[in-house]
Amino acid sequence: MSEERSARYAPKIDVQKFLARLPLHLVIVLIVVIWLVPSLGVFVNSVRIPREIRSSGWWTAADNLFAAETWTLENYEAVLDAQGMARSFLNSLIITIPATLIPILIASFAAFAFAWMEFPLRLALFSIVVGLLVVPLQMTFVPVFRAYANVGLTGTFPAIWLAHTGYGLPFAVYLLRNFFGALPKDLFESAFLDGASYQQSFFYLALPLSVPSLASLAIFQFLWVWNDLLVALIYLGGTPRVAPLTVRVANLVNSLGADWHLLPAAAVISMLLPMIIFLALQKYFVRGILAGSVKG
Amino acid sequence: MKKSGMRPWFYILPALLFLTFFLVYPSIRTFHLSLLDRRSTAFVGIDNYRFAFTSRAMLIAFRNNLIWLVLFTLFTVGGGLVIAVLMDKVKYEPFAKSIIFLPQAISFVGAGVIWRFVYDHRPGVGLLNAVLTFVFPDMQPIGWLVNSDTATYAVIVTGIWVWTGFSMTILSAAIKGISDEIEEAARMDGANAWQMFWLITVPLISSTIAVVATTMVINVLKVFDLVYVMTAGRYDTNVIANQMYVELFITRHNGRASAIAVVLLLAIVPIMLLNIRRFQEQEALR
Repeated sequence: MSEERSARYAPKIDVQKFLARLPLHLVIVLIVVIWLVPSLGVFVNSVRIPREIRSSGWWTAADNLFAAETWTLENYEAVLDAQGMARSFLNSLIITIPATLIPILIASFAAFAFAWMEFPLRLALFSIVVGLLVVPLQMTFVPVFRAYANVGLTGTFPAIWLAHTGYGLPFAVYLLRNFFGALPKDLFESAFLDGASYQQSFFYLALPLSVPSLASLAIFQFLWVWNDLLVALIYLGGTPRVAPLTVRVANLVNSLGADWHLLPAAAVISMLLPMIIFLALQKYFVRGILAGSVKG
Repeated sequence: MKKSGMRPWFYILPALLFLTFFLVYPSIRTFHLSLLDRRSTAFVGIDNYRFAFTSRAMLIAFRNNLIWLVLFTLFTVGGGLVIAVLMDKVKYEPFAKSIIFLPQAISFVGAGVIWRFVYDHRPGVGLLNAVLTFVFPDMQPIGWLVNSDTATYAVIVTGIWVWTGFSMTILSAAIKGISDEIEEAARMDGANAWQMFWLITVPLISSTIAVVATTMVINVLKVFDLVYVMTAGRYDTNVIANQMYVELFITRHNGRASAIAVVLLLAIVPIMLLNIRRFQEQEALR
């Protein structure tokens, strides 16, 4: 086919190509819709009148989309105030921020040593870390719970900070060591030749060069702790004063009954922050997933 | 690397202490507790393991974890692969993938609430029954989560919804790592899309598929939150991790709880050894 002809027929070929690919687009749109619709339903339900939530599907809100009486924020007022979700939101933050920062701090020192220092048992110790990645946390609950009870830590924030630090460390050390180890070798060797100490090469080379990696890890650990239910159930129990959002929402689910219509608003409050962080920093999250995908 | 004396130990000491106190020592202790009675005062031999392997609750849990293992792993890995391949070919790929990936950001508790509204037995409220009774007007609405025949599958579907984005992301990155020349050469040889998928894509990313599948198997063995929030283990949906929680906090039997934890660990040990070996092989190449 000559240049001229292909140019003349180009638009037609595009239409054909589009039609040929139409099934592909339809399948993708269908998959995306299936994935999106369940969440959409809860978001819509969270701002509907309680009576309506109980009696009709969220999609019927489309019938009166622009009517003021379709929508309300009273569910949010009710869960934040009467259900104590405002307190739980605060608790989730109080739990999550230290439980994200402490393991990253401890892990970066260890990961640096595993990546760039020479010491006996280095490989053996790191193999143990890799093994610990997949140990079911259930293996630790009874002894740690008892130890906490003995020293009066059960139901306190330090209890859960320490537990999440211990549980998060294998992945944190593993991931950071992969990232640190991927930094150029020459860099460290020439720094050491120039007389740099370990401390200097850690603080002035490894850490600054790894800010995106530290961000990946921070997002992982943040989401993991924020979304955790099991560890909070075990070490914080049902104490409402310290309960994070996940525990509060789970209790609301299991109580059902009269407050059933508050579930969507409660769920949205628990999901909002992680969703924003996730969407804003997705790039770093993907980096973390790709670098650490032996983690369960 | 330079010679370093004691210095490295200061760097790894805090981590080692935490790992010892929160993972290594408790795990060893749990082995011991699994041989003791309810209050860990008397030795009872293998009684707790007899419970773990023969009680009705645990047999249902084993059956369900097995169903999870097959369906969840198949659909998260297979579905993630198919979605990654399909979306690889369109311009709006980043947006479409974000939507599939998004459930990874929310808790299982949140996902459980979301899907309870899909599964509600009232067709006026539950989306699934609304769609089904619309398409099949004669059909009776189904109580998906309150029926022993359907509840486990309903919970598994929610798990698949949460985790498919994870597989898709890793597999998609692997697919983009396949060189264009190989794909071009295959296309020149007249391979169609189906052949491309089975003869080029799948074999070339098989090691990544294995890694993702391993991750999903670990997820299956640990599954707890979804069951706790969606059915609390009722309607024959019990899983091993949920029964461990029940023994720990409801029946308060530390021996049984410990034995169930050991069973979970033993199921995971092969994967653990596999991971360690894979790491040491990579390390030898470094």
